[in-house]
Amino acid sequence: MKTITGLTAATLALGAAMAQAEEVHVYNWSDYIDEELLTKFEEETGIDLVYDVFDSNELLETKMLAGGSGYDVVVPTGTFLQRQIMAGAFQPLDKSKLPNLENMWDVIEERTEVYDPGHEYAINYMWGTTGLGVNIAKVQEILGEDAPLNSLSLIFDPANAEKLAACGIMMLDAPTETVPAALTYAGWDNPDDKSDEALAKAQEVLTDIRPYIQKYHSSEYINALANGDICVAFGWSGDVLIARDRAAEADNGVELEYYIPTEGALMWFDQMAIPVDAPNPDAAHTFLNFIMDAQNMAAASNYVYYANGNKASQEFLNEDVIGDAAIYPDEETLANLYTVTPFDLRSQRALTKLWTEVKSGL
Amino acid sequence: MRRLILILVPYAWLLALFLVPFLIVVKISLSDVALARPPYLPQLDLAAGWAGVKDFFQQLDFENFTFLTSDDLYWRAYLSSLRIALISTVLTLLIGYPVAYAMASAQPEWRPTLMMLVILPFWTSFLIRVYSWMGILSQNGVLNSFLLWTGVISEPLTIMNTEIAVYVGIVYTYLPFMILPIYATLEKLDVSLIEAAEDLGCSRASAFWLVTIPLSKPGIIAGCFLVFIPALGEFVIPSLLGGSGTLMIGKVLWEEFFNNRDWPVASAVAVVLLLILIIPIVLFQRNEQKNREAGK
Repeated sequence: MKTITGLTAATLALGAAMAQAEEVHVYNWSDYIDEELLTKFEEETGIDLVYDVFDSNELLETKMLAGGSGYDVVVPTGTFLQRQIMAGAFQPLDKSKLPNLENMWDVIEERTEVYDPGHEYAINYMWGTTGLGVNIAKVQEILGEDAPLNSLSLIFDPANAEKLAACGIMMLDAPTETVPAALTYAGWDNPDDKSDEALAKAQEVLTDIRPYIQKYHSSEYINALANGDICVAFGWSGDVLIARDRAAEADNGVELEYYIPTEGALMWFDQMAIPVDAPNPDAAHTFLNFIMDAQNMAAASNYVYYANGNKASQEFLNEDVIGDAAIYPDEETLANLYTVTPFDLRSQRALTKLWTEVKSGL
Repeated sequence: MRRLILILVPYAWLLALFLVPFLIVVKISLSDVALARPPYLPQLDLAAGWAGVKDFFQQLDFENFTFLTSDDLYWRAYLSSLRIALISTVLTLLIGYPVAYAMASAQPEWRPTLMMLVILPFWTSFLIRVYSWMGILSQNGVLNSFLLWTGVISEPLTIMNTEIAVYVGIVYTYLPFMILPIYATLEKLDVSLIEAAEDLGCSRASAFWLVTIPLSKPGIIAGCFLVFIPALGEFVIPSLLGGSGTLMIGKVLWEEFFNNRDWPVASAVAVVLLLILIIPIVLFQRNEQKNREAGK
C-alpha cells in the first residue's frame, strides 16, 4: 500500500511538474491583501493563483463543513478555526515545507495557542481589534466637543445613540463581536460569558440601541463611512482605516478615525489553514510560505492596515502602520484586549435567536 | 412508444430537478445536528449494507419540525414573508396590467420594440440592478438629491433599509414576469368581442371589466404565480435593500444554515416553506379544473 501511495505521489509530482499550469485556490476576506502580492506570487513560483473573497466567517464555515470547496488555502478567524479543526475540516501543516515559520511572532502565537494547540493546522495571517470608526467632525457637531469618541458609550449609551441616529450608525452583523462588546459596556466581568444571564444582559443592551442603528452589515460600513453616509461604525480596525484612506483619497472632506474602546476590545486572529480536501496541498504550502516571508507580509499589512503575526516583517512596515497605536497597540492597551472562545451548539442557537430578535427589533 | 417518451420526459425532469433535491432536503431535515463534516447525523452509510440503512432509519425523528412550532420566530417570519409577497404581487399587478394593456393596444409594428424594452433590463445582472437601486434610494442617493434640488423635500427621505425599499426592489425585479403573460393573453384577445359588448350597450369601462379582464385571467394568474412564489422565498432583495426589521423566511433560513450551522432545522424550514407554497397551489389548480369542467 505504501509503495502504491509513494508511486502515486511520485507520478503526481511528475505530472504537476510537467503540466505547467499548477493552480492554487485561495479564499480570503474581502479587501484583505495587496493585489500586487498575488502577481508577485505567480511570477516567483509559476503557480496560477485563483483568488476569491468572502465577508463572513459563517459563509466560509458552511463551505468547509459541506466539503469539496475546491480551495487550497482559507482564512477563518480563531474561534471558527477551532471549531472547524474539531469537525475535521483541515489537514495538519507539513512544517518542513514552511521554513519561514521562524519569522512568526511569539506574542501572537501565545494568544492563538488556544484555538489551534501546537499550531498544527494554521498560521496567523493578520490580527486586529473590533472598535469604533468615527466621523469626528459630524459626531462632535452633534454631541459637542467632549463627545466620548474612544468609549463604547458613544453608541451603546442610548442617549448618545439616539442623537447620532439621524447621522447614521452601522454595526457589524456578527453577534460573536457585538455581544462581547455589549457585555463589556455593561461592565460584565467576563465578555466571553455564554450563560443565559449574560446573553439576556447583552440582548437588553443591544435592544436598547436597536432603534438607532441604521444597518447591521459586516462590510458595507467601509463605503458608508468613506462617503460620509454614516457617522459611526462598530467595526473591524483595518476596515475603518481603509475607509479613512478612501475618504482621504476622494478628498471629500470626510475625516475618519479608529478608536479602540477604553473599556476593552475584542482581539481577533485570522488564521490561514489548508482544507482537508484541498486539491493542491503542495501549492498551498508554497503559498503559506510565501505569505510568511517578512517583506511580503509587511507589504500586505502596509496595504490593508492590519497588524500581522510576523515578527520579522516589522522592520519593513511603514511608520503609519507600526507606529499607529490603533493598529499595533501599546502594552497598556494590549493588556486591555480580550479574546473569546467558540460557542457550542446550544449557546450558538441562543445567540442567533438573540441576534435575530435584536435586528428585527422585537 | 413516441407518446410514452413524450410523457416520460416531463416526469424525468420533475424527478431529477424537483423530487430528488427535495428528498435530500427532507432527509437532512430528519437528521440531528452534529459537529462533523457535513454537520449532521445520521448519514446514510451504504458501505455498511442493510444494517447501515436500518441504523439510519432508526435514528430519524421529527424533532426539527416540532422545534419550529416551539419558537414563534418561524411563524412570524412565514407570515411576514406571506404579507410582503402578497402586497408585492398586488402592486406588481397594478403596475404591470396597464403596461401590458398599453403594449397590446399599441400599433402592431411597435409591439416588438415595446417587448424588447421590457426584456432589456434582463441583459444586466440581477445583482447589479439591485445594487443600482441602493445608489438611487440611499440617503445621499440620486432620488434624494433630485428631490432636494427641486425643493419638494427639505430633508432627505429614508427609503433605503426600510420595507418600502424591499417593495420597490421586488416590484421592479419581477415586473416583467407580470407584464409578459398578461400581454400574451391580451394580444390574442379578439377585439370584436369588445366591439360586440359596446354594441350591446356596455360603456367602455364596463366592457373592460366584463370582457377584457375575465378573458385575460389566465395571464393574470400566471403572472401572479410567477411573482408571488419567488417573492415569498426572496433573500437577496431584502438583505440588500431591506433594513434589519424586515423579517423574511429566506433570511431566517440563511441564518439557520450559515449562523447556527444547523442544517437539519434549516432543511425543516425549507420543507415547511415548500408545503406552504404547494398546498394552496394544488388546491387552486384543482378548483380551477373543477370550474372548467363545470363550465363545459
